[in-house]
Amino acid sequence: MAVFPWHSRNRNYKAEFASCRLEAVPLEFGDYHPLKPITVTESKTKKVNRKGSTSSTSSSSSSSVVDPLSSVLDGTDPLSMFAATADPAALAAAMDSSRRKRDRDDNSVVGSDFEPWTNKRGEILARYTTTEKLSINLFMGSEKGKAGTATLAMSEKVRTRLEELDDFEEGSQKELLNLTQQDYVNRIEELNQSLKDAWASDQKVKALKIVIQCSKLLSDTSVIQFYPSKFVLITDILDTFGKLVYERIFSMCVDSRSVLPDHFSPENANDTAKETCLNWFFKIASIRELIPRFYVEASILKCNKFLSKTGISECLPRLTCMIRGIGDPLVSVYARAYLCRVGMEVAPHLKETLNKNFFDFLLTFKQIHGDTVQNQLVVQGVELPSYLPLYPPAMDWIFQCISYHAPEALLTEMMERCKKLGNNALLLNSVMSAFRAEFIATRSMDFIGMIKECDESGFPKHLLFRSLGLNLALADPPESDRLQILNEAWKVITKLKNPQDYINCAEVWVEYTCKHFTKREVNTVLADVIKHMTPDRAFEDSYPQLQLIIKKVIAHFHDFSVLFSVEKFLPFLDMFQKESVRVEVCKCIMDAFIKHQQEPTKDPVILNALLHVCKTMHDSVNALTLEDEKRMLSYLINGFIKMVSFGRDFEQQLSFYVESRSMFCNLEPVLVQLIHACVAYCFITIPSLAGIFTRLNLYLHSGQVALANQCLSQADAFFKAAISLVPEVPKMINIDGKMRPSESFLLEFLCNFFSTLLIVPDHPEHGVLFLVRELLNVIQDYTWEDNSDEKIRIYTCVLHLLSAMSQETYLYHIDKVDSNDSLYGGDSKFLAENNKLCETVMAQILEHLKTLAKDEALKRQSSLGLSFFNSILAHGDLRNNKLNQLSVNLWHLAQRHGCADTRTMVKTLEYIKKQSKQPDMTHLTELALRLPLQTRT
Amino acid sequence: MGTALDIKIKRANKVYHAGEVLSGVVVISSKDSVQHQGVSLTMEGTVNLQLSAKSVGVFEAFYNSVKPIQIINSTIEMVKPGKFPSGKTEIPFEFPLHLKGNKVLYETYHGVFVNIQYTLRCDMKRSLLAKDLTKTCEFIVHSAPQKGKFTPSPVDFTITPETLQNVKEGSQKSGHPCSRPSSVLPGQRQVCRVKRALLPKFLLRGHLNSTNCVITQPLTGELVVESSEAAIRSVELQLVRVETCGCAEGYARDATEIQNIQIADGDVCRGLSVPIYMVFPRLFTCPTLETTNFKVEFEVNIVVLLHPDHLITENFPLKLCRI
Repeated sequence: MAVFPWHSRNRNYKAEFASCRLEAVPLEFGDYHPLKPITVTESKTKKVNRKGSTSSTSSSSSSSVVDPLSSVLDGTDPLSMFAATADPAALAAAMDSSRRKRDRDDNSVVGSDFEPWTNKRGEILARYTTTEKLSINLFMGSEKGKAGTATLAMSEKVRTRLEELDDFEEGSQKELLNLTQQDYVNRIEELNQSLKDAWASDQKVKALKIVIQCSKLLSDTSVIQFYPSKFVLITDILDTFGKLVYERIFSMCVDSRSVLPDHFSPENANDTAKETCLNWFFKIASIRELIPRFYVEASILKCNKFLSKTGISECLPRLTCMIRGIGDPLVSVYARAYLCRVGMEVAPHLKETLNKNFFDFLLTFKQIHGDTVQNQLVVQGVELPSYLPLYPPAMDWIFQCISYHAPEALLTEMMERCKKLGNNALLLNSVMSAFRAEFIATRSMDFIGMIKECDESGFPKHLLFRSLGLNLALADPPESDRLQILNEAWKVITKLKNPQDYINCAEVWVEYTCKHFTKREVNTVLADVIKHMTPDRAFEDSYPQLQLIIKKVIAHFHDFSVLFSVEKFLPFLDMFQKESVRVEVCKCIMDAFIKHQQEPTKDPVILNALLHVCKTMHDSVNALTLEDEKRMLSYLINGFIKMVSFGRDFEQQLSFYVESRSMFCNLEPVLVQLIHACVAYCFITIPSLAGIFTRLNLYLHSGQVALANQCLSQADAFFKAAISLVPEVPKMINIDGKMRPSESFLLEFLCNFFSTLLIVPDHPEHGVLFLVRELLNVIQDYTWEDNSDEKIRIYTCVLHLLSAMSQETYLYHIDKVDSNDSLYGGDSKFLAENNKLCETVMAQILEHLKTLAKDEALKRQSSLGLSFFNSILAHGDLRNNKLNQLSVNLWHLAQRHGCADTRTMVKTLEYIKKQSKQPDMTHLTELALRLPLQTRT
Repeated sequence: MGTALDIKIKRANKVYHAGEVLSGVVVISSKDSVQHQGVSLTMEGTVNLQLSAKSVGVFEAFYNSVKPIQIINSTIEMVKPGKFPSGKTEIPFEFPLHLKGNKVLYETYHGVFVNIQYTLRCDMKRSLLAKDLTKTCEFIVHSAPQKGKFTPSPVDFTITPETLQNVKEGSQKSGHPCSRPSSVLPGQRQVCRVKRALLPKFLLRGHLNSTNCVITQPLTGELVVESSEAAIRSVELQLVRVETCGCAEGYARDATEIQNIQIADGDVCRGLSVPIYMVFPRLFTCPTLETTNFKVEFEVNIVVLLHPDHLITENFPLKLCRI
């Protein structure tokens, strides 16, 4: 039997649709129409039309209208507002991200477990702030001599330079008074910039002058609360300077022949470089004042590498001794910190200097409580408890440098020395913040004893307990001491009057409590915090700490049923009354839940609490919420919904979904999740039904719903289930008590199914049109009634489906679902596959027609033939000769035995002739000529 | 800039000793070729003496007699009149640093009343239309290491109100700051304008490792504030040059400050030694020099400033040498 290829006709659905529609009759002016507006005159409508079409006029008019969006942005836009209010820490952090990278390279000798200075500087800048007015005293010498130097003899040049260095004697000073802290920071940053500029424009003397003047600011201890931050800002400039000098000298050593290796020896440096380097050191040695001389020399310490191998190791002890000349203990301790910092960077192996700094510091420790300092504090109106906390940043750094990889014996010695001194709270604090946590933890009871003995008037005790708590969070004390430690510490903490002091301390100790004790103790601690923070709404000022407490508790209680059984946990949450903070906390909780909850839960305590938490998050969504935020919230809520399972209790599950649906209606992803869940529910429930067609139709409907909600894989599952259910359809079904053949129902269902399949996109991992193929296989294998043509009718329908599928654009789509037309984009391979399927189906139909050539079936053959003819006419491309010939044959077959209904045939022919009048259907004229009408004779 | 003339001395630090050969290149760079009437190079070393305004009145009689003393002077003709091609031309040169007779090549020193300076001057004579080109360049002479063994001479000192010599009788005017000892006469301990009885009690102890100093090594020592009633404001090291010009008939002797280095700032810790450390600045110091016409000597003052306005000075003559 000849194989007929299939060529589907290209359809222009839009045009066809338009041609089928009733023609719109324009209404003439003056004609009556009940819906027509009465007042509008012709001329006016024209005007309006024109106005609407020209964009220029319409846009010009909009300028006078107040735009609601632009009015929101009136005033300061949010970004510049952020910039304006940014705290110095954030500002500085942004300022030196590049510097951090460089520092990391330098620190590589030290190892990653050494906390680098860059971590500290942000904290310091954020912590030591002031509202008092600051002043900068700068003695920028006039630019004299700069222009003329070229002509001067060298000796004079040197002299003028030295004079310029001394220029500050001569009153070219400018004093900037009444600066706010932010102004001050800006000024310092400007100086940093002008240093770089001066360097870049080869004004080395000016650069040096800037550095000297800046480091001189460090000898000024007025507005003492700001000193640590000032130190950070100015040492940044010194770092810049040190780097510039080092790099310049380094570049002098790099000639065309070779590049200096990183670990070079002084012999590799050439004479010019050495001379330049020596020059710098001579220049710096002649700086009159002690503090600038110290800082500037320390900043270029690394340059000693060019001069001699032992340069650095000789310089460090000398600089250490030099600090003894600094009378002010605060200034001197910061100078030590700077030296230790530079020392650690340049020569981390030279531990001796660090130790010397420490012991020198102990020797001068008594000065802190000396008369000179007391007098100064009285003048500035600063109390001792707020003066002493200015020391820790520097001391911690020194202690940290020394204790880094230090032998136990040294640490013990240091501790013993600290113990012996009076007023040693400050020392204790730094020991606790800088030494190894294990070292502290094993001696916790000792420390508690020492802290208790400390003088009440000096360094605040809560800071000491805080430091101890920080250590205990990192390292475990001996098992036997644990409860006693907590009791002793909490006894002190709970007596703290100031809520800020209290919360700063409590926050740290919560971690220790969570780590070593049960929910009973945690509950007690939380209760205590609530008790302290509720009066006068003190919690409003401590949200960050309270948030940290929650985070710590969550981090240690992974079992949420235990967590929510901590009685005070939910009351604790109630303290977060500012919405943004509250939502943050909720997010943390949900995040932890998703991370740690292993198994689905139906625990009513968890569900209740978490639904509440999720509701809080959901309710924070409003029109201004950012997309990202919404996505985040949805993710968290979805994570929760996924973890809820009532097992076989589907009703409960469904009612949970219904409740969720009502709660989370503002977040689309959550709704999608709920639909997923419901779809899954359907999938599980449908098999339990009895009626086969009910099941089939429900599968189809659920699949359609899933598809409509972009749940593609769920839809696939439904369709597959439906397909696999088809073979189970019995031949007879009971309808209203009567047994009836099921074929017509099946036919109806399958036709419906086909129209859905048109838009189902192919699964990327299965073959082309795998659902259609599977369905065809099922139809093929189904045992049909012997004398029925249903199978062929179904095949005809399949042919229609396949023709529709080969169109460039499908007849209909589901919003947001890409069907095969856009997936394949009319790919030729896809079309070929499609046509192959058509051929197979056609072959089946023709085969069947052949079997009907017997007398009793002639009528069926005729009608089937005609319907097939109609199908080809409607969907096939009759310009194809073979198809054309097939249609002519079918026409004859339909009429051959006189079984055809003449009127139908006449109508059909008329239709063809009518169609042929359309522009791209002219080939039908020819076809019509070849289709004779057989009169019944 | 049409033509540039430059002198490049071979040694980066430009330091030479007697008997050595000063070498280098003269660099002529120009875009176009240069027509010239000859290039010459002059090496010159002179001692310039000057009398201070203070001394002029007293020694007006022989003011005029102070003339620059020439130590060394020689000129060579490098290139005969001709033409340099465009681009860079380098002409090497060498000067042996030999002295005639019993003249001594003093070490380079830049002072106030005494200046010892060595220069190289390159002159390019050109036709009438173009200006002559000149380039001057200083080089530095270090005297030969001194013979004999260097022996350190440590000095211990103690300063109390009782050890002070120059205490003025009479009360201090309040609010009138002390003048800085820019011309402190040597050999005196002094404190300004305060009655000894009004002085606060203090005890400073210390030592200098040596007053015989090697010029390339820093001056070192220690200072301990054992006790002080008044707060200390500052401790400084003042390096002073003492320059003497003249001869047997009469001379001018002036002490001026070279530099002032602070070694303690603020009220330092009692009983803790503060290092004394000062690098001798190059060019402005030289080994202690004594000739028939002039002398260059050095001293250091330890200056202690007490609150509110007391100034205490301890003077130490130094002997600098080069080994």
